[in-house]
Amino acid sequence: MLFAKLSASATTPALLLMAAIFAASAWVMPAWLAFLLTLAFSKALVVLGVVIQMRAGLVSFGQALFYCVGGYGVGLASQYLGVSDAFALLALGTLAAIVLALICGWLLTRYRDIFYAMLTLALSMILYGILVKSSALGSTDGFNVSPPSFLGWVPEGDAIKRTLYLLTVGVSAIVALGFHSFMVSGLGRVTEAVRENEIRVEYLGLSPQRMLFANYVLAAGLSALGGGLTAMASGHIDPDMAFWTTSGEFVFIAILGGTGHVAAPFIGAIVFSVIRTFAIQEAPNTWQMTLGVILLALVLFLPKGLWSLVERSKKREASA
Amino acid sequence: MTTLIAILIDGAIYASWLFLVAAGMTIIYGVMRVLNMAHGSFYAIGAYSAASLVSWYFSSDQGNPYWSLLILPACAIVAGAIIGLFIEQGLLRFLHGRDEILMVIVTYALMLILEDATKLIWGVNPYFAYQPYKLLGQTGFGEHLRFANYDLMLIGIAIVIGLVAWAALNRTNKGRLLRAVIHDREIAIAMGVNVNAMFAATFVIGAILGALAGALTAPAISVSPGIGVEVIVLAFAVIVIGGLGSIGGAAAGALLVGLARSFAVHIAPEIELFVIYGVMFLVLAIRPQGLFGQTLARRI
Repeated sequence: MLFAKLSASATTPALLLMAAIFAASAWVMPAWLAFLLTLAFSKALVVLGVVIQMRAGLVSFGQALFYCVGGYGVGLASQYLGVSDAFALLALGTLAAIVLALICGWLLTRYRDIFYAMLTLALSMILYGILVKSSALGSTDGFNVSPPSFLGWVPEGDAIKRTLYLLTVGVSAIVALGFHSFMVSGLGRVTEAVRENEIRVEYLGLSPQRMLFANYVLAAGLSALGGGLTAMASGHIDPDMAFWTTSGEFVFIAILGGTGHVAAPFIGAIVFSVIRTFAIQEAPNTWQMTLGVILLALVLFLPKGLWSLVERSKKREASA
Repeated sequence: MTTLIAILIDGAIYASWLFLVAAGMTIIYGVMRVLNMAHGSFYAIGAYSAASLVSWYFSSDQGNPYWSLLILPACAIVAGAIIGLFIEQGLLRFLHGRDEILMVIVTYALMLILEDATKLIWGVNPYFAYQPYKLLGQTGFGEHLRFANYDLMLIGIAIVIGLVAWAALNRTNKGRLLRAVIHDREIAIAMGVNVNAMFAATFVIGAILGALAGALTAPAISVSPGIGVEVIVLAFAVIVIGGLGSIGGAAAGALLVGLARSFAVHIAPEIELFVIYGVMFLVLAIRPQGLFGQTLARRI
């Protein structure tokens, strides 16, 4: 108990420190690494959305829906509305996802277990079906996203990538801090209680459905943020963003990292990107197989993810 | 009128294909409570082995071309039995009775592995085995409509498989035992039913059905990487609509989705994919357990 308090109070400065280190390294690291980290952090934001739901015992096999909405929100707004400011674009994408989540959440929070998983999957496939068939939205090829401006400033050359990286690190840091305080807040703790025993939570006079709804909308917003950042960083969006295998990837990262701590999805996303980069380089035809084997091993031997390794070593220290 | 007939026949063909794909998956779920994400890979493996063997048969000095129609199911049975037995005995055996959602993730990992395994074995170039498809010719309906007899044969096969599955479950002793396992696994064990053997048999049959669907589809498509991934979500939609674990439900779901899709294709082609998942969403919003599923009481 004492240890839990200690680690809770140590998390905020640790997160700030990590964010500062990552931000400062922007001027040192090579461009490809910055790009890789930008994508990894954006992915981590989407995964955070999956993790929120996992904490409530629900696995979303359709988080790509909001990832895609966030990405297309950014792309469409810059293409058709002429918005070029990065912050405004992100806000628009996230807003679109939240509005959508308010509608879908109303229906989805009545379902649990595999029904929840399959319904979220169906929703993302509906979006995929619409995008593939509509030429106004770019159909199967998608379209390119022009580089954004930042509060009126238009960077050029390498500066764009660096600024986007800094933006991603900044957004991630804010989200991580906010999410950490959410995890230890009343609502955050009840979420875990819902996973353990929903009916008893109801007996205590709380509404699990409302809890799950709030979690779902929050998850949607975070995932859209990640999708928007990805769209700006990679400069391209296509319907595959909503395909169910993309969602599977997010579930993979969530399991890889674990759900025990806000840092876990970020660690998971970075490890995933590294595995993927090397696996594609070394064995382009078997990288999915590599992922599958790792996922199986995780589920069988490390069900609480990489973060449980950190916890385990901490406990050893505490008992020594 | 012509359009209506076209819609109905197209819908029936598509529905039978859907039923073939979904039947194995719903049987496995019904008995083992494993929603098998790797089912699409069984489909792909069936399609690949059939396509490669049939094209080899026709490229070598062949005898009667009609033998190729027997090669298709034979391939599926062999491939499905091997892969199903291997996966059940090698992995799933140790995970019986685990959380349903965990099994989704485990079979998702299996799908990733099998997906690349098929690429390693058969490469990334497409295979074609159109000969059996052409062999059977076409039938005309009215003046403008022509359908391939091969496609019409699929309708017959789907009906036969559905009836056989129903009879096996309801009219044989093994089938009755299986229903006991579905109904209450623990009591079945207590009564001396060898549940592990039942599970293994079910998984192998399900895998064979998946491979059979792939093998029978192979002549009508170009067999290339990714066909399994596309199929799996369709199969999900069908069995979720019908109610997980119910053969009759899978048939009803397949018919519903098949007709809805063929209406969309003939009348408003741009909403084709949307319609399939739209139907699924609508059914689940009204009847969460699917058309033929049973409602479960919540456990405290």
